[in-house]
Amino acid sequence: MTTPDKLGLDYLEVQGLSVDFDGFKAVDGVDLTLLQGRVHFLIGPNGAGKTTLVDALTGLVKATGLAKYRNQDLLSLKSHQIVRAGVGRTFQTATVFEELTVLQNLDIAGGVHRKAWTMAFPRRKVPAYVSDALERVGLTDVRDRPAGVLAHGQKQWLEIGMLLVQDAKVMFLDETVAGMSAEEREETGELLKRIGEDRTIVVIEHDMDFVRTYADIVTVMHAGKVLTEGTVAEIQANEKVQEVYLGRTVEGAAHA
Amino acid sequence: MKRLSLKGLMPIAGIIALALLLLVVAPSVLSTFRLNNLGKYCCYAIAAVGIGIAWGRGGMLVLGQGLFFGIGAYAMGMHLKLEAAGPEGVPDFMLNFGGGVLPAWWEPFRSGAFTIVAIVVVPAIVAALLGLAVFKRRIKGAYFAILSQALTVAFAALLVSQIKYTGGQTGLNSLTSFFGYNLYDPVNKKMIYSITATILVVMLLVAYQLYRSRFGELLVATRDAEERVRFLGYDPANIKVVAFVIAAIMASIGGAMFVPMAGLINPREVNALASIMLIAGVALGGRATLLGPAIGALAVGFGRTYLSESFPDQWTYFLGALFVVVILLIPNGLASLVPRIWRSLTTRQPAARKRVKTA
Repeated sequence: MTTPDKLGLDYLEVQGLSVDFDGFKAVDGVDLTLLQGRVHFLIGPNGAGKTTLVDALTGLVKATGLAKYRNQDLLSLKSHQIVRAGVGRTFQTATVFEELTVLQNLDIAGGVHRKAWTMAFPRRKVPAYVSDALERVGLTDVRDRPAGVLAHGQKQWLEIGMLLVQDAKVMFLDETVAGMSAEEREETGELLKRIGEDRTIVVIEHDMDFVRTYADIVTVMHAGKVLTEGTVAEIQANEKVQEVYLGRTVEGAAHA
Repeated sequence: MKRLSLKGLMPIAGIIALALLLLVVAPSVLSTFRLNNLGKYCCYAIAAVGIGIAWGRGGMLVLGQGLFFGIGAYAMGMHLKLEAAGPEGVPDFMLNFGGGVLPAWWEPFRSGAFTIVAIVVVPAIVAALLGLAVFKRRIKGAYFAILSQALTVAFAALLVSQIKYTGGQTGLNSLTSFFGYNLYDPVNKKMIYSITATILVVMLLVAYQLYRSRFGELLVATRDAEERVRFLGYDPANIKVVAFVIAAIMASIGGAMFVPMAGLINPREVNALASIMLIAGVALGGRATLLGPAIGALAVGFGRTYLSESFPDQWTYFLGALFVVVILLIPNGLASLVPRIWRSLTTRQPAARKRVKTA
């Protein structure tokens, strides 16, 4: 928390990160630098190790190597400590608390703002960080509805809202726009642009249209390794990428 | 908001009704003997409120609360035993089985204040250590239940085997006074009952506050989606430990108040069977509701006495059958019937979607 949150100063540096599942290298020596103020996309065919990489960076699976964020090695921290350090994530299937209201879901994510003893009391009013997040993800109108009745897209936005409440400076979003309508995708993209200004956003995505429209930097993974990194144009021009990844989805993308 | 305020009043109304019943109605209509029995059920109910928190809200199947009930009961029993022996006196069983010398760790229990502190602090420490060891390693479900039950079995076995220190199978009996008040005086019996019933009401208020609090919300969230809670920046183990410690303290207080009312304490009151009876009461009443655990425990206590008086040989079958019926037909317990009946009587609103589990 001591490092200034000034634009561009914040970054997450990954060096030689490997995840070994009983001899199978799901992630194999990945080097990555994720800078603040950019929307990063992580793409690659199924089984490339994208989600596993994020799992490793958020304490869900054990990994070797280094993941330096604000002088801390994320790989040595537990999941909840990583969150407290300012690194948050969503999951492929939205996992909001369906019985709780939208407001309660956001409120429950605000542990970083509270002292432990205040947990013994009920919430009296809506804290500013909750109403701000509510506003930003556009769920103010449905704040008193149980999260379980929200539409698929709204649930994903609620999760992003929870990350905002958590004060996550680095956000890993796992296939957030999968299953969303075109309209919802656009809104999500704009939302990511807005919140990405002073944060580090990393999106795992399969939808190439979405990637093309909103990506500042794209990292292509294949078989646990980083194949290449660059802007959308650079990625599209890369022959290796076309071979292993785009080549297979060209037919699919042609319809879009 | 309307829904919230109405919902907010219901539990308080329930607690007030139960308080009136226990503190005003019962003392005026029941004989000293019956009132004393009701007091014992209140002790089970105090422990049950804690089980409701740990199991109903926290999802930890605490099958061995007899351990904590026993810690409180034996702490109180030791104090009352020393009180009965008089200053400088030594409990009778120590004269018979031991060297007639009071062990050093018994000595502080001569002090009433120390005993009261021990009744709260000892179970808290034991539960915290146990909880940290278990929950930090992510042991849960059946493994946790078996572990807690096994500890209770071990505890009861220890009590039986250490006859020099614990009175063995017979336990601590012939208790004559409670902090200076003669236990055979009906007025004092009534007073002890009132203290116990008041403690039960206070524990219900504690549970009410807990369920309303952010912690209560987080506890339910942990029960339903532990992994998700981790990614909100909380260590679920800590949340569970806190709930477990609260449950342990409540069980210990229940056990402590049980002793002056029963006039004795022995391993049978704190063993695995006693622990299962506690859990059974909570299941019967409704584990996730506020009043359910207490009402269930009172009902089981009453049922045990009533059935064993009327059918000394067959009563356990009746009780068993009752559980089977309740678990099959009303899995959320008796207390879940009240809102259901209320809803069907008042409005025809579509039932609110409740208890939808998160992934």
